[in-house]
Amino acid sequence: MPTNDLSIKIAGEAGQGVESGGAGFAKAVVRGGLYVFGVMDYMSRIRGGHNFYQVRVGEHPLHTFDDAVHLLLAFNKNAVDIHTPEVVRGGGILHDAGIKVDPSQLEERGIHDFEMPLIKIAEEQGGHKIMMNTAALGATAGITSFDFDRIADIIETNFKRKGAETVQNNLKVARAAYDMALEQFGGDFGWKIATIPGAPQRMIVNGNQALAMGALAAGCRFISTYPMTPASTITEWLAAHAKQFGVVQKQTEDETAAILFAIGASHAGVRAMTASSGGGFCLMVESYGLAAMTETPLVIVEVQRGGPSTGLPTRTEQPDLEFVLSASHGEFPRLVIAPGTVEQCFEAGYRAFNLAEKYQTPVIILSDLFLSNQARTLEMNGIDFSQVMIDRGETLDYEALDRLIQPYERHTLTESGISPRALPGHPGAVYITTGDEHNVEGLITEDGEVRNRQMEKRMRKDQRAAGEDMRMPLRYGPEQAETTLVGFGSTTGSLIEAMERLNADGHPTNVLQFVDISPLDEDRLTDLILGLNRMIVVEQNYTGQLARHIRKLTGRKADERINKYDGRPLSPGEVVSKVRQEVLVGV
Amino acid sequence: MSDLKLFNTTEKSTWCPGCGDFGILAGIKAALAGLDMYPHQAILVSGIGCGSKLPHYMHVNGYNSIHGRALPVAQGLKLANHELKVIAVTGDGDGYGIGQGHFIHAMRRNPAIVHVVENNQVYGLTKGQYSPTSEKGYISSFSPEGAIEFAINPLALALAAGATFVSRTFAGDVKQMGVVLQKAIQHRGYALVDCMQPCVTYNKLNTYDWFRARVYKLEEEEGYDPSSRDMAWQKAQEWGDRIPIGILYQTEDRPTYEEQVSELQAGPLVRQPMNGRVNDYEALKLEFV
Repeated sequence: MPTNDLSIKIAGEAGQGVESGGAGFAKAVVRGGLYVFGVMDYMSRIRGGHNFYQVRVGEHPLHTFDDAVHLLLAFNKNAVDIHTPEVVRGGGILHDAGIKVDPSQLEERGIHDFEMPLIKIAEEQGGHKIMMNTAALGATAGITSFDFDRIADIIETNFKRKGAETVQNNLKVARAAYDMALEQFGGDFGWKIATIPGAPQRMIVNGNQALAMGALAAGCRFISTYPMTPASTITEWLAAHAKQFGVVQKQTEDETAAILFAIGASHAGVRAMTASSGGGFCLMVESYGLAAMTETPLVIVEVQRGGPSTGLPTRTEQPDLEFVLSASHGEFPRLVIAPGTVEQCFEAGYRAFNLAEKYQTPVIILSDLFLSNQARTLEMNGIDFSQVMIDRGETLDYEALDRLIQPYERHTLTESGISPRALPGHPGAVYITTGDEHNVEGLITEDGEVRNRQMEKRMRKDQRAAGEDMRMPLRYGPEQAETTLVGFGSTTGSLIEAMERLNADGHPTNVLQFVDISPLDEDRLTDLILGLNRMIVVEQNYTGQLARHIRKLTGRKADERINKYDGRPLSPGEVVSKVRQEVLVGV
Repeated sequence: MSDLKLFNTTEKSTWCPGCGDFGILAGIKAALAGLDMYPHQAILVSGIGCGSKLPHYMHVNGYNSIHGRALPVAQGLKLANHELKVIAVTGDGDGYGIGQGHFIHAMRRNPAIVHVVENNQVYGLTKGQYSPTSEKGYISSFSPEGAIEFAINPLALALAAGATFVSRTFAGDVKQMGVVLQKAIQHRGYALVDCMQPCVTYNKLNTYDWFRARVYKLEEEEGYDPSSRDMAWQKAQEWGDRIPIGILYQTEDRPTYEEQVSELQAGPLVRQPMNGRVNDYEALKLEFV
């Protein structure tokens, strides 16, 4: 059986340490020179319920998770009952002796029962049953014959703050459980984890962390938000680094205030952002239009989750594509980018600020829950600060305003549609702007001709962005293929892996990922889309919003659609089976 | 004192002749000039309504936002550039109705922002509907049998929410308004200036004459101490035959919002370098290994 190709699932109640255990193990594996892909699945409650963390381990970069579970670490009986069907033949279930598992349930499926006195080990070796997690971590390493030093290293890292005694007790617990598991079950379990000596240092980063780092590097110095899953971790990361980097981070009374604080800060000249999920963005929508009308740069992150209303608050979905494209009344340039990988989140984090300032209009980064919290191994240069360039476009800072000769007009008519933007506070450019239609000076007008000129000026930015900045979808795999899987956002990794499996099976397949959603050059896109053979649009919503968007822009209807809206991330196996069963049948 | 004319523009207002907003406009100009300020040093952030057009009618920086939302824009601006004198200008529907939540939370934070509420007790621009400060029983197109809601007491609300400067002025007394506004602009923290501003077209109840018969100045009231929260609370309840105008309450004991933001100790955020610590970025990655 293969080494370094397995998935471990840690499952239990909220509060039992599922996430910290899973993340700790993942980090140990990465420090051992391997690649991981971690998925956190949790419920909307603080304690109880059912959560899991699934770590996939490989020797090569992993784009996504896999359905098959090789080792299930069950913290309660519920976890055994729910996840046993996912465990492969020859796999095992590791659990405390206090949890009774029906042997017949496992035997018929060829699954090993790795029952261990985890709580007893914690109590005897560490002095408290709270260290049961540590025992489980040690036992997991023992069963997979993983290098104990890596586990010891993580224990030291994680418990250092709590003092030497805590570290020592946890080490003793882990060691005892490791030795017992290796001796008793090591021979029964075929999947092993072997460290790669001399492998370079690597990171584990999720989408929201990468996005926040990108924003910081772009010079974002203001973030105002209201807490909402799954966007909050962007604020949390920036809040933790606010003091070091001089970022003003504020929690406001609601999402309406959150976006308006950012608009005010941006109008003053500071790069500013807000972030929420669909429900919070609903409250921001009127102000989104205000930013567009006053030509105020702004970055809005919308991390999608299951809707409508409160929907599935801790689960993934892509139901807001058409919403963000048409949010707010009236017409204005719609700049929407949708990263699909952790690296793309970093890029979106800084690129959005440059686009927002160049076009003096709000830019939406559309993410989704599964992208926001997926933990991927990146090479150290996977986050590359040296590629970040700050381009403030036609911003007139105080030095530029010192040199200004002619009277300043905020919304002056230009061929590009972009009017130089003065930072308020300089005697050379005292001006007003308004969400009402306005003349070049920013004064309210109802004059039809002036309206036409200003509307046309704003919409020229849309055309210019489509031509100059917005990119065609990314292609993965062969240039020509019988089947093209088309998607956006977090499904990208699973589409790529599904493509690899389909190609290996002799079904020539490639992938198109829409990163830039709007505005797009319709002629170029139409050429590209009409050139595809069989177009299958895959997305995590019911109605096929990306498929409709493509049809609107190019006239081409998807040949097939794969839609998923149960709140769970899409696996490559699901894509492959759907393509085989529903799509390739009869071809 | 700077030249009052610096703040003049040629832009014609859309206000009705006799509108109380003219008095408020004159008061703001006089207060800024009286404090030797120049148009580039201040920004007027308004919402939507007749009164929120005010920034268009004087030469000063302005951001005319949307209904109910002047205060959060003003607070973002203040955090980004606390050297700017930020004055929020809203109506009563704007500030106390749709924007009520922002009103309460702004006072909790105590940013050094002047909040001028042009309180005409009616929705003027949408043609006369009742507002949060319309008296109970007020008849309008949206309340043909009379409003059954109790009117909001903005001054009591402000005191309860922790406002550090609470005042009421009357558009019929521009002189006092100018003085109160000057003190509001100089105040360390959030300053509420609730301006009773008769709507000559729609509000046939709370007219100039109605107010003139009732208002009296707190600064002329013997023994009144605006540093006393208890006295202010008493005066905030007074409405009817006698209506107090002037400064009800002022304290500078509480630091402002922006004084408490550690990142602003190095100066206005907009003047801080965007990439001052670029050399520290690379080290961020070590959090993830």
